[in-house]
Amino acid sequence: MQMRPLLMLPEMLLFVGGLVALLGGSFLARDRQWVTRVVAVLALVGSIVASVFALAGDPTTAFEGTFAVDTGTGVARIVAAAGTLLVLALAGDELAGTARESETYALLLFSTTGTLVLAGAQDLIVLMTGFLLASIPLYALIGLARGPRGAEAAMKAYLMGALFGIVLMLGVTILYAVSGSTLYPDLAATLADAPPAAVGAGLLGVLAGLLFEAGGVPAHFWVPDAAQGSSGTVAAFLTTVPKIGALVGIYRLALAMPDTVAWPLLVALLAIASMTLGNLAAYAQQDPRRLLGWSTVSQVGFLLVPVAVAGRASLALPSLLLYLAGYTVTNIAAFAVTCALPRRRELAAYRGLSRERPWLALALAVALLGLVGTPPTAVFVGKLTTATAAWDGGMAWLAVAVLVNTLVSLFYYLRWIAPAFSSVDRGQDAEARAGQAATEVALRWSARTAQGAALLSIALGLSAGLIWQAID
Amino acid sequence: MLSLIVFLPLAAALVLGSAPRLGDTVARWAWVVVAAVDLALVLGAWARYSTPEPGGLALEVKARWIPGVDSSYHVGVDGLSLPLVAMTAVIFLACAVYGLREQDRPRLQAALFLFLQSVSLGLFVSADLILFFVFFDLAIVGMYFVIAGWGHENSARSALKFFLYTFLGSLALLAGFIGLYVAASPHTFDMVELTRAMPLSGRPVAGGLVLAAILLGLAVKTPTVPFHTWLPPAHTDAPAVGSAVLAAVLLKMGTYGFIRIAMPMLPAAWRSWAWAIVVVGVVSVVYAALVALAQTNLKRMVAYTSVNHMGYIVLAVGVAGLVAGDTAQARSIAVTGAVTQMVSHGLVTGALFLLAGVLHDRAGTYEMGAYGGLAGPAPRLATLFAVGSFASLGLPGLSGFIAEFQIFTGSIAAAPVTAVALVGILITAGLFLMALQRIFTGETAGASVGFPDLHWTESSSVGALLLLSLAIGVLPRFLLDVIEPAARTAVVLVGR
Repeated sequence: MQMRPLLMLPEMLLFVGGLVALLGGSFLARDRQWVTRVVAVLALVGSIVASVFALAGDPTTAFEGTFAVDTGTGVARIVAAAGTLLVLALAGDELAGTARESETYALLLFSTTGTLVLAGAQDLIVLMTGFLLASIPLYALIGLARGPRGAEAAMKAYLMGALFGIVLMLGVTILYAVSGSTLYPDLAATLADAPPAAVGAGLLGVLAGLLFEAGGVPAHFWVPDAAQGSSGTVAAFLTTVPKIGALVGIYRLALAMPDTVAWPLLVALLAIASMTLGNLAAYAQQDPRRLLGWSTVSQVGFLLVPVAVAGRASLALPSLLLYLAGYTVTNIAAFAVTCALPRRRELAAYRGLSRERPWLALALAVALLGLVGTPPTAVFVGKLTTATAAWDGGMAWLAVAVLVNTLVSLFYYLRWIAPAFSSVDRGQDAEARAGQAATEVALRWSARTAQGAALLSIALGLSAGLIWQAID
Repeated sequence: MLSLIVFLPLAAALVLGSAPRLGDTVARWAWVVVAAVDLALVLGAWARYSTPEPGGLALEVKARWIPGVDSSYHVGVDGLSLPLVAMTAVIFLACAVYGLREQDRPRLQAALFLFLQSVSLGLFVSADLILFFVFFDLAIVGMYFVIAGWGHENSARSALKFFLYTFLGSLALLAGFIGLYVAASPHTFDMVELTRAMPLSGRPVAGGLVLAAILLGLAVKTPTVPFHTWLPPAHTDAPAVGSAVLAAVLLKMGTYGFIRIAMPMLPAAWRSWAWAIVVVGVVSVVYAALVALAQTNLKRMVAYTSVNHMGYIVLAVGVAGLVAGDTAQARSIAVTGAVTQMVSHGLVTGALFLLAGVLHDRAGTYEMGAYGGLAGPAPRLATLFAVGSFASLGLPGLSGFIAEFQIFTGSIAAAPVTAVALVGILITAGLFLMALQRIFTGETAGASVGFPDLHWTESSSVGALLLLSLAIGVLPRFLLDVIEPAARTAVVLVGR
């Protein structure tokens, strides 16, 4: 057992990159703030490169066994950093030259670091640190959008985060009290003899905290408000990147739990609750970002499915990682479309998009159908393998729930696709919209990001075999 | 070879889709050329085809795709799939020629149909369940955009209904596929290996549930009664070429799945439920024929006769599972008839939908009552429609007769009670004759006045389809020689 801090080089790069962006930003003129964006991009690219090298090596642990450096961490590092890179591309339109540019980049990098700490944590104290590091920048990011909605969303996220942070600490305390350790390997060894009620209570607490970070039921209330109220860049980030760390963290926690508590059933029920509630709530939404916000709640449900069979199906971890990667690019592609057309804040405003901007409409269709799980996008492979893992792990009913909810979700995604591709444009509205379309310019960075991410989600699905070899 | 056939249209679709400056005329002709080249390639594949050993595939290609779940890019053809591949290529070429007169975004339409052609061909050559599912789902997505983008009247609503309904079917299918995967040992999605392994053969309850999921998925797609309600609105509001592809190619994905997946991989469960399948087939035949009889909208009528014709196929594949005594010969005749019916229905109904499209193009309505005496101003239309109707109702000398004759010979020999489905033929004959009479005979009146006759693009595309139907009707051996060995294999596989 050694410190070996170099094993955490990817996290350090991100954190230092954030510090440099923050400090450097205060010394740069408003029109030179783009330098901090370059710093952030360099930090992320460096982090990805370091992660790839780490992934090629053998699994090991850093800081006396409290932080795992293995396939799960490696993939989470790459996916999270790549996701943040895509988010930064969105910032090119929305934030360039604004007053809070460098601060936003710094906060994005800090939160990404936190999510990576969550992903690798093998120790409850480290997990708590990761939670705080990931969530506190989030509150600030949400609040950066000035306006009543942004204020409400920031307040909601902060209060929920504070509450679930305390619940998390309570859970950590209970688990420590009954096991005498915070290290996962020790927990796995000693919790089997501990009173199941106490273990269950502790697990519930820690799980609730992580679900806040992931944005899953029952800690999901802040997600739709934040997705709607914050800026597009932040919305894309907070519905995507924190989930990566939180879900890998939940997976690790589940593996450390003894058989005396029915954690698989608990996770499975939370998964079903999350996907069903997210889907039902998304039905009636008119604001595309709020709709996407609810859709991410339902996606957390799908992502929890492989966790429910952790340790009992060999597909569980690879399918979780594959789904996370696919979800990250696909979800960012969908948000990027809303960022490219910031004035269209209602589904009906997308009518006729396929005629005005065919490529953007195509990216939208690929992203939304991708979120449904239409082949050959990456989320399809993720959904297929998670459902297979659930069935293989003895939870065929969970696989059926996944498929039923997939069907339900198709409906509200189509509510968005249908106007965008409708063939008939009627009467006065058409003229009004034509006028609007003429003055409207699709923002370039966001549009490119949407198309690139949509393409990436198809490419990931087609090359799933190659990726599989890297993560299996 | 097969990969080239499958992906050539997709490559062309990408080129067409990403070249906004391409002129409309160039795009229309590019579609025709690509479809023609693809058909030539299919004919080349047919020439190189030799019947594979039972249970095997010809022109096979296998490459790793998702090794973690043992899913591979595995394609190949046999006597069940090759005729459907050829039929698909023919239909898409006919649609391309018909589409030469398209005015509404012809470049995008060509790209979309080339995409659909790729996924349809891909489905029929798939030898891996996940690959099959990928193409199955993409065909739904492609058809959704065809109906929503180029349809008329309530197309948005119909397209939505089509998408949701068939997506339900595809998810049920996926559930069944995962069930097969988990039950197989070692786990695999490979169709050839699953057919050999017959997972779930000793577990009637699990086997029944998995079969139920797969049957639900295929029954929605086929469609059979009671899952057919998405079909009439989808057809009515789809553009003519969309309807032709939907009826001729997409519906076959369901019936093909019965013979390719459900029968050989779950033979025990199939045999247990054979009677239920036979009953569904008979009900589809009779009920759909009766409903078709009551239609006043020509396109809806043809749509319902599609359900009726699919019923014959379901009946035949159900009979194939009634394993008893010395009926193997009869049952293999029924399966041969079923595959012939898939090809025949594709050609004939494709032609009828294209002709219905002509009516809408000229007069804006499918209501039969709006026309009268149309044979006067449009003799070519009347002739081709009459030939199509006779082919559809099973007149000897045309392909429908060969198919239905074999289906009934086989079915009645194996299970005499299935003779009740003969009523369906009688009703179909009546309704087609009535439609001919209403639209084409009598005084030239209503929308028929000043009706321009078929353009050469229309008469050549429809004429080619009907000529092929005639060829199969007169000289069926070239087709039956390919199908029969595969049908015998299918009957042996379901009898294990």
